[in-house]
Amino acid sequence: MDGQAILARLRARLGGRVLETHDFRGDHTAVVAREAILDALAFCRDDHGLAFDLLVDITAVDYLEFPGREDGPRFEVVYHLYATAHNHRVRLKVRVEEDDARVPTASGLWPIADWLEREVWDMFGIRFEGHPDLRRLLLYEEFVGHPLRKDYPINRRQPLIGPKV
Amino acid sequence: MAERTTRELFLGDGAAVDGGSEHLHVNMGPAHPAMHGIIRIFAELDGETVVKAEVEIGYLHRAFEKDCEAGPYNHAIPFTDRLNYVSPLINNFGYASAVEKLLGIDITERCKYIRVVMSEISRICDHLTCVGASAMELGAFTVFLYMIKAREFLWELVEDVTGARLTISYGRVGGVKADLPEGFDAKVRNALVEVRQVLREVHTLLTGNRIFMDRMVGVGALSREETIAWGITGPLLRAAGVPFDVRRAQPYWAYDRVEFEIPLGKNGDNFDRYLVRMAEMEQSMRIVEQALAGMPGGAINVDDQGKPIDPAAYVDKGKQGKTEGLLLVPITLSPNLQGQDRGAQGRVNVRDKRVVLPPKEDTYGSIEGLMNHFMLVMDGYGIRPPAGEAYFAVEGANGELGFYVVSDGTDRPYRVRCRPPCLPPVAAIPRMIEGEMVADVVPTFGSVNMIGGELDR
Repeated sequence: MDGQAILARLRARLGGRVLETHDFRGDHTAVVAREAILDALAFCRDDHGLAFDLLVDITAVDYLEFPGREDGPRFEVVYHLYATAHNHRVRLKVRVEEDDARVPTASGLWPIADWLEREVWDMFGIRFEGHPDLRRLLLYEEFVGHPLRKDYPINRRQPLIGPKV
Repeated sequence: MAERTTRELFLGDGAAVDGGSEHLHVNMGPAHPAMHGIIRIFAELDGETVVKAEVEIGYLHRAFEKDCEAGPYNHAIPFTDRLNYVSPLINNFGYASAVEKLLGIDITERCKYIRVVMSEISRICDHLTCVGASAMELGAFTVFLYMIKAREFLWELVEDVTGARLTISYGRVGGVKADLPEGFDAKVRNALVEVRQVLREVHTLLTGNRIFMDRMVGVGALSREETIAWGITGPLLRAAGVPFDVRRAQPYWAYDRVEFEIPLGKNGDNFDRYLVRMAEMEQSMRIVEQALAGMPGGAINVDDQGKPIDPAAYVDKGKQGKTEGLLLVPITLSPNLQGQDRGAQGRVNVRDKRVVLPPKEDTYGSIEGLMNHFMLVMDGYGIRPPAGEAYFAVEGANGELGFYVVSDGTDRPYRVRCRPPCLPPVAAIPRMIEGEMVADVVPTFGSVNMIGGELDR
């Protein structure tokens, strides 16, 4: 199935909950409303025509300093999906505001979402609701802040921690 | 007081309750001889059986993604070397290709072939290290030494081309740092003879070896469906029988013009993973041979008219205003700049002033070249892709290595995300080892080929 057909199928299923689509450089992308993201992911996985069985990646982007988007929703959570049977890809995105940075978890659909979402929480401070164990993945528990946010300075030092005595 | 059993005498009161056993918690790592990187596996044991395990990563986190945002596009190239440090060339090219996709440019044919050749050499290095190290942990030290010997031949090739063995920084947005050196074909052919010899020896030592089979067959297995659900790609997915290889599924560079097979396993256990890696090395060597034979651009040195001149003299002449005819004179470069002269430059880099530094003759010899050079290295100028986002996936040694790059139209990437191929299998380690013996943790961990640099970024 080509990219346009994938996006059309998503729109047919989700209607107005697909907020925006584009295919910049051949990467077909759909921006989905937050309350529809679980539906969209489950539909992508289970629909026979789409059959996106491989969750390639979950990441996020902080649009705080992006020209023209300073006022819009601050974060975008980005899902990359691949279908092993049909050999096609799609990218889904969800926009969330800073003071309400919550997205429903996809760990019920794919076990790997567990770690990928932990990393997003670690780096961006976006909460995944319903996640079984939302701890930091790469950094340590005592770390303050979320380093991939644009307002986290690159040269900030964190206090060294030692073994607890 | 009741009579105490011998067990209670040694282990204390209550030791006989509930079959007399209690679970033992064992830490493997962060620094453990059988851990190839720094990682901690926290296992709960019932006797020798792992009942529950938890993996903790992040010990090698170096803020790769944050660092990439801090500098211009080409500044991220050295950081990508340090992702998968056993096959850094693939990371270099993967990142460069993602930025090229964002820019919408197509690299030269010769560069495509160079990227294929160097990527496949790296893939062989990676598989050699993985198989060698996991065999060593099972006691086959000879295999490790043989494979490291074979890897040495390949690393010499890498050193010939890039000037370094590990931190190679050879890829560039729009091309590569320099052309292949003279006589590279012959050297590759000689090295491949040695590697094939080593692989034959290793096959006789391991494949069918009773001890090795006992430790590997049926251990750490994941079904086809589970492997996919865990997002695992690469040799581990192919060992479970899924023929997904980015090189075949969505061909990039020159992979649609070379013939190769995708070795598949059946059971998804450690032994199949070993066999898939061994077979892939042979396929990679086939690709290298075909790509070298089909590489366009002919000989490295084309005959130029005019005698070569030393760069210092070139600059001096230019300063004195004696620039007439200077542009036509090729210059001899110091060895570390070899391949950056005009002839080589045209073959391996795109002709796009927005992206690629001009050849050294032009930089030294003409004001346009100098201006072009500065426009690319000055802060705030440089490579400026249009605002947008692109995801580019290559087949890394451990699976799909993807780079997701977001541009805001300036000379710095707004966001670089590396999709690490070895994170999903490491996340699935608890699933693979729970219910198995504690001794099986070691071969399973070896077959995952965890690379700290790319896992923790």
